[in-house]
Amino acid sequence: MTELTKLTLAEARTKLAAKEITSVELTEAHLAAAKASDKLNAYVTLTPEVALEMAAASDARIAKGEAGPLEGLPLGVKDLFCTNGVRTTACSNILDDFTPTYESTVTANLWADGAVMLGKLNNDEFAMGSSNETSRFGPCVNPWKASDSDANLVPGGSSGGSSAAVAAHLALGATATDTGGSIRQPASFTGTVGMKPTYGRCSRWGTVAFASSLDQAGPITRSVRDAAIMLKSMAGHDEKDTTSVDIDVPDYEAAFTGDIRGLKIGIPKEYRVEGMSDEIEKLWTQGIAWLKSAGAEIVDVSLPHTKYALPAYYIVAPAEASSNLARYDGVRYGLRVHSDDITDMYEKTRAEGFGDEVRRRVLIGTYVLSAGYYDAYYIKAQKIRTLIAQDFKQAYEKVDLLLTPTAPSPAFAIGEKVNDPLSMYLNDVFTVPVNLAGLPGISLPAGLSSNGLPLGLQLIGRTFDEETLLRAAGVLEEAAGFSAEPSTWWTEA
Amino acid sequence: MSVDENTVRRIAKLARIAVTEEELAPLSKDLSTILDWVEQLGEVDTDHVPPMTSVVEMEIKMREDIVRHDNLQKQVTQNAPQSEDGFFTVPKVIE
Repeated sequence: MTELTKLTLAEARTKLAAKEITSVELTEAHLAAAKASDKLNAYVTLTPEVALEMAAASDARIAKGEAGPLEGLPLGVKDLFCTNGVRTTACSNILDDFTPTYESTVTANLWADGAVMLGKLNNDEFAMGSSNETSRFGPCVNPWKASDSDANLVPGGSSGGSSAAVAAHLALGATATDTGGSIRQPASFTGTVGMKPTYGRCSRWGTVAFASSLDQAGPITRSVRDAAIMLKSMAGHDEKDTTSVDIDVPDYEAAFTGDIRGLKIGIPKEYRVEGMSDEIEKLWTQGIAWLKSAGAEIVDVSLPHTKYALPAYYIVAPAEASSNLARYDGVRYGLRVHSDDITDMYEKTRAEGFGDEVRRRVLIGTYVLSAGYYDAYYIKAQKIRTLIAQDFKQAYEKVDLLLTPTAPSPAFAIGEKVNDPLSMYLNDVFTVPVNLAGLPGISLPAGLSSNGLPLGLQLIGRTFDEETLLRAAGVLEEAAGFSAEPSTWWTEA
Repeated sequence: MSVDENTVRRIAKLARIAVTEEELAPLSKDLSTILDWVEQLGEVDTDHVPPMTSVVEMEIKMREDIVRHDNLQKQVTQNAPQSEDGFFTVPKVIE
C-alpha cells in the first residue's frame, strides 16, 4: 500500500484540488496495487489504458479549473454495469465476450463528473450469490483472514470484487448493486461501507438485470462520506429508466452535521433471530449505546413479518430473474452452442452458459410462474411483500431510522456453504426485507469478531431519506472508530 | 419431494435449458428443498392483502413517442454470435 492508495476518496479529492498530487499519479498507484492483487481475483478486467487516458484528461481539466465533483478519482466498476467498449460479462459464461456499444447511466454519470475507470470487478454470476463463488472467473478472495486460520475467506456477494478491491485499497471506491443485500453484506464482510439507496434513486439502465423490482445500484467505499460523494454522482432521474424517480438529488455531504440529538432509532425485535451469535448480539448492543450517547432516542419496534421476507424473496427474485434471463438465447449476443435445430440451440446454449446457481434460480422462477402455480407462489409472495412494506411504514410512524446487524456472521471460508443453497440464502436475512420494501440501507464496519474479522451494522432509512441515514451513519462511524486493516498477504510472493 | 424428476424435466423444457438424465435427481432435491422452505408463507393469512405492484409510490412519466437514434444496425448486431448483412442469423425455422 502506498501513501496514495491509503487515501480516502474525500482526502484524494482535496489533494487533487490543491494540486498536491495528480490524477495520473493517483491512478498509477491504484493500477500498480491492482496488478499485484492476482491472489484476490478482485478485478476480472483491468483497463490501464482507459484509466490513464481518463486520468490525463482529468489533470488537464483540473489545470484549466474545470474539475467535476469526482475529477481524477480512480474507481472500480462491478462487471454488471455495461461499459462502452469494455467487455461486460456479469461474470457469466453466457455473455462470453460481450462488449457493449453503450454506457450504463450510473457509470456514465460517474465519468461525466470526472471519475476514472480502473477496470471491472468480480461478482457472483448475474449477481446471484452471497459469496462471489458463482463467478465464471472463479471466487474472489477476501483480503481479510481470521487470526486463527490461514483459510481463504469469501468477500461476501454478490459485489465481492467491489468490496475486496475497496478493502484492499485497489480502488478509492467501487460501484456495486444490491438485490437482496449484495452491497451491504460484502461491505460487512470486508470492513467497508456499503450503501443501497432507495429503489428508484439510481437508474438501472445499462445494468445487467437480475430482479428488476429489487435491483438498485450503490457505492462501496472506505468511509460514509465517500459513500455520500459517490452516491451524489451516481443518482438521478434518467428517462431511459421509468422506475428512476424524478426528484432532486440532495447534496448528501451537507447531511454530515454530526448532530443526531432527538433522532428516534428503532430496534426491531424480530431481528434478534434464533441462534444469533453472542458477538453479533454484543455488536448490536454496542451500536445502540453509541447512538444513545450521541443523543438519539432508542425505541423498540416490531416488524412482525420479518421471518417471511427471505422465503418471499426466493420467489420474487427467481421469478423476475427467469423472465430477465430469457433474453440469453444465443441469438443477439454472447455465447451460442450451434445446432441445426433452433430449440436445441437455445437449450444447449443456456445449459452451457449458465452456472449451477443461476440455473437453479431460473428453474425455480420458471416453476413459480408456470400455469397453476402463479397465484400460489408469485402472487402470494407479492402479498407478503405488501405486509413487509406495511411493517416498515408503521415503524416509521414512530422512528426515523432502524438499527440492525448487517449479516448473521463474519466472512466464512470459500467452499463452506457453496453446496448448501439454503444456508447461503440465510446470509441475507437482515438485508432482504429492505429490498422488498425498496428502502435505503447502509452497512458500516463497527467492530471485529473474536477471530479478528470485520462485522457491520446496518442502518435502514425512510424512502428517499438518504440524508438522515447518512447523518446517523456518520455519527455511528465516528463512535465506532473502526481503523483495522487487513494484512497485505496477497502482495507477498 | 415437491418437485419430482418429471417436473424438473418439464420446467427445464419451459426454461429452455438442456438438463441431462443424471442431473435430474440432484436438481429435484435442490429445488424441493427450496420450495418446501418457501411453503411457510402459507402460515400468513393474505386473503385481504393486495399484492405489491410498485415498491415506491411513483407516477410513471410519459414521453413523446419519437425516434431518437439514427440507424444503429451495426451496433445492435455487433455482438451477435452469427450475423449476416446486418441481420441476426439463426438455424432454419421453416421448412
